[in-house]
Amino acid sequence: MPLLLGTAFALIVAAVVGLGATWVALTRGTAYGGVSIGAWTAWPKNGTAGIDPYARAMVARTGELPVGSGDGVAFYAGTDDSGQVLDGRCDVLLGGITPQARFWTLTLYDSEGRLVANSAQRQGFTSQEIIRKADGSFEILVGPRARPGNWLPTGGIERYVLVLRLYDTPVGMATRSGREAPMPAISKGACL
Amino acid sequence: MIRVLLWLLGAVLLGGIVHLATVLLIPVMASQDAFARLSAFAPVNTVVAIPAPTPEKALMPFMDPAFVTSICRYDLSRGPLKLSVPISQAYTSVSFYTRSDVAYYAINDRAAGRRVIELDLMTAAQRADLPENEEITAADRLIVASPTTTGLIVIRALVPEPGWISAARNALAAAQCRPQ
Repeated sequence: MPLLLGTAFALIVAAVVGLGATWVALTRGTAYGGVSIGAWTAWPKNGTAGIDPYARAMVARTGELPVGSGDGVAFYAGTDDSGQVLDGRCDVLLGGITPQARFWTLTLYDSEGRLVANSAQRQGFTSQEIIRKADGSFEILVGPRARPGNWLPTGGIERYVLVLRLYDTPVGMATRSGREAPMPAISKGACL
Repeated sequence: MIRVLLWLLGAVLLGGIVHLATVLLIPVMASQDAFARLSAFAPVNTVVAIPAPTPEKALMPFMDPAFVTSICRYDLSRGPLKLSVPISQAYTSVSFYTRSDVAYYAINDRAAGRRVIELDLMTAAQRADLPENEEITAADRLIVASPTTTGLIVIRALVPEPGWISAARNALAAAQCRPQ
């Protein structure tokens, strides 16, 4: 009887621990092996055959296709530079320059990776659409209310993710720091 | 007491095995991964345009809305495939994914260095079967070896400004993937 009880106990604990760890790793987990620059993180290895098993499982679960490394690299930001979660009810200023790339695109998604509906029907910018200052740097205002200049509407959703994709770029697995790859700063402004 | 701790230790070890097994099995078992989503949509060995993502509807999460996209779901079991993609004005890329969504190869228009990205896709076995001299005469022919018999080719053209969309669409409309 103790044997039977022990086995049942062990199996239940094993199932809970095993499945729980998988669930946490795939939903909450931030995959390792990323390149972090400021608030931005990219996983260039996910666009190669060397993708790790956790990232493979995550990709299979969400149904997305990672950007191939010969194509480009995608940087994700879910927080501003001070670590505060990006809130669509607040103004956020994205400013600076981007790493060397033939083209880049900036897109706003909800946390599930869906585009966000808004009155301006704008979900992002390409490097060619952006209005720049004389020195080549730019500012993008991300917020719920219409603004002059480069305004990226949030649709007032609670949490969002910004994705900056660089195409035809030397940035990749060998990139270590923001000096090699200067990413735009993300700073929070006033809230509704 | 010690017996309970031993059982617990065994249980946690077993839990670790369960964890690793599920992580490794999810890509194999997934029924809603990108390949499955696109398979429902795309016939085999044909280039089809897929709709651009909108807030209401997107085939996959985190699609870049600045691109027009076509895909070719390939099956090499009957032989190699020839792919040709005319490049658009701005930026064109071709990415290859295995049956389990691993991006094993990607090339862009500049790396291809021509007006048309042309390449042959085959399995490692089919490549080994190529006659040697043919490989020499076709030295400038780009050959991509697929790790799996089936997979996805994703062809994308950037629309840097809204006005460029028809040019990008036209370039991709002329893309072809067909058995040799």
